[in-house]
Amino acid sequence: MIDLLGYGAFFMSSALIFGLIALGLNLQWGQTGLFNVGIAGFVAIGAYTSAILTTPDTADRIGGFDWPILAGWLAAAFVTAAAAAFTGFATLRLKSDYLAITTFGVAVVVQLVALNAQSLTGGPFGVAFIPRPFASLQDQPALFNFINLGVIAAVTIAVYLALEHLSRSPWGRVLKALREDERAAISLGKSARSYRIQAFAAGGAVMGLAGAVQAHFIGFIAPNGYLPTLTFQVWAMLMVGGSGSNRGAILGSVVVWAIWVGAGAFSAAVVPGDWQARAASLQIVAIGVMLCLILLWRPQGFFGPNGFLGKRRS
Amino acid sequence: MNLQFIVDGLISGSLIGLGAIGITLTYSILRFSNFAHGDFMAWGAYGTLSVIAAIGALVGTTAPIGALSFGWPLIAATLIGMILTACLALLLDWLLFARLRDKGQSIIVVMASFGASMALRSLLEFIFTSSPTYFSRGIQMAIPIGLGIRITPDQMVMLATTVILVTAMHLFMSRSQTGREMRAYSQNPALARVVGIDTARVVRATWIIGAALACAAGVMVGILVQIRPLMGLDLLLPMFAAAILGGIGSVPGAVLGGLIIGLSEAAAVQLIGAEWRAAIAFAILMAVLLVRPMGLFGRAER
Repeated sequence: MIDLLGYGAFFMSSALIFGLIALGLNLQWGQTGLFNVGIAGFVAIGAYTSAILTTPDTADRIGGFDWPILAGWLAAAFVTAAAAAFTGFATLRLKSDYLAITTFGVAVVVQLVALNAQSLTGGPFGVAFIPRPFASLQDQPALFNFINLGVIAAVTIAVYLALEHLSRSPWGRVLKALREDERAAISLGKSARSYRIQAFAAGGAVMGLAGAVQAHFIGFIAPNGYLPTLTFQVWAMLMVGGSGSNRGAILGSVVVWAIWVGAGAFSAAVVPGDWQARAASLQIVAIGVMLCLILLWRPQGFFGPNGFLGKRRS
Repeated sequence: MNLQFIVDGLISGSLIGLGAIGITLTYSILRFSNFAHGDFMAWGAYGTLSVIAAIGALVGTTAPIGALSFGWPLIAATLIGMILTACLALLLDWLLFARLRDKGQSIIVVMASFGASMALRSLLEFIFTSSPTYFSRGIQMAIPIGLGIRITPDQMVMLATTVILVTAMHLFMSRSQTGREMRAYSQNPALARVVGIDTARVVRATWIIGAALACAAGVMVGILVQIRPLMGLDLLLPMFAAAILGGIGSVPGAVLGGLIIGLSEAAAVQLIGAEWRAAIAFAILMAVLLVRPMGLFGRAER
């Protein structure tokens, strides 16, 4: 029983980390309409930043500054926000497609740096021994799982409340105005480009923080944790939840992660060994088809204010 | 510096350029950046491979042509593969893109292409597994052509094929009725409709040309390197960079952009190491976006 609860805590922790990334994406896409295809890259920037700053000193790579975990998380958010701000600065005076293409490139380059800059990122083997919060409790697995869940839930709730507050603040109202009627907002003296860069950077900060939280939750990072599949999963989560809604972002993450884990466990139990890799591909096909079907038939998602948990807009 | 990089760069550049033609046409006529374009390449290569297997089963083994690594079945299969890839693109448009285009938000179409790309690629992995495969496992001797440069017979034929395809494309776009309609539609869709240009025909022609060229490029990658489900994804960033560098909507621009990126990549392999090759396209893309976002031959667009 306690094992089951422990697994439940582990599952929810993973799901809430996706929820955090989806919250960042919701600020960028749902509230501002900025299309980010490089989520994996931004998450990786946060994860590597925090990992390099907080791990103990190591001989074969730069870094290992032994910073406190919280300082690493803040630095991760800050560095990722800077990377996102630069991406936005370069592309947001152009059509929105250019931002999409550039974020795609960011993810490719981050993957390349993670793989090849061995002296900084540990190359294909990644960074291990990332300090975990409350590591002294590690010998009591169940309690440790719950404390981890508590930490991650606290971060998620804090970010959720902050984002809800932001979207109601004057700043959030400008974003809404820009989305609804760009020309009117500009005529009131609001710089569309500057507000969009800010929103893209803030969303990036949340993604970087999520990456850092995940790195410290697992204790180990490697380049293959940040493949395009991650980007794709987060998009599916936000679309299922309902873009524009912070609540939808979190609920969508839990639901899609449950489907993902469930399908994985199902195929592991049913599919013979040499077909496992193929079954995993089919899983991605299914998510891709689902994403397209939602775009076609239910663009407002399922769990936002306009989903079946709230009133439905026709 | 070894001059060999010129040949390597020209060849990978022509592959990028052929792919970029489809990207630039889709962007300027259908008004969205198609993230599934790389997967048309991979599907084209695998489709051609399957047709070759079918031909092989029907007529038995055939001798390669001259010094080349392939025989007539590959040429026939590529033509069939181009038709199949075009059908795939048209099917995808009918199922997905056309419906979303009607709703009017172009960025939703981009997102759908991203989802479709992921599904198409994983479907290839499901059918053919992710391990690489080849049209031919033979090894070709490279012929020295002076200045320390060597080139294989296959590479020569690929370069010549690219020149023929690009010239044909240029003539088609500038001389034929359909090509003129496509250019008119890309410049002003509303006006094009007013003068009676058949929009559906323009859209169809765009998909067919883009997908057929993507298939040709995919087969060439398969002949010169290898066939993998991820081959299109790996070329996506260079293709986008080439289309933007050349100026969105410009066919010669896309090809020139592809050549510039191919040559820079090949030079970078010599100067800073092969592992950083994929970063070159990104560096060029960022430089173009910051300095001259309309590209070499493009019109200012905001």
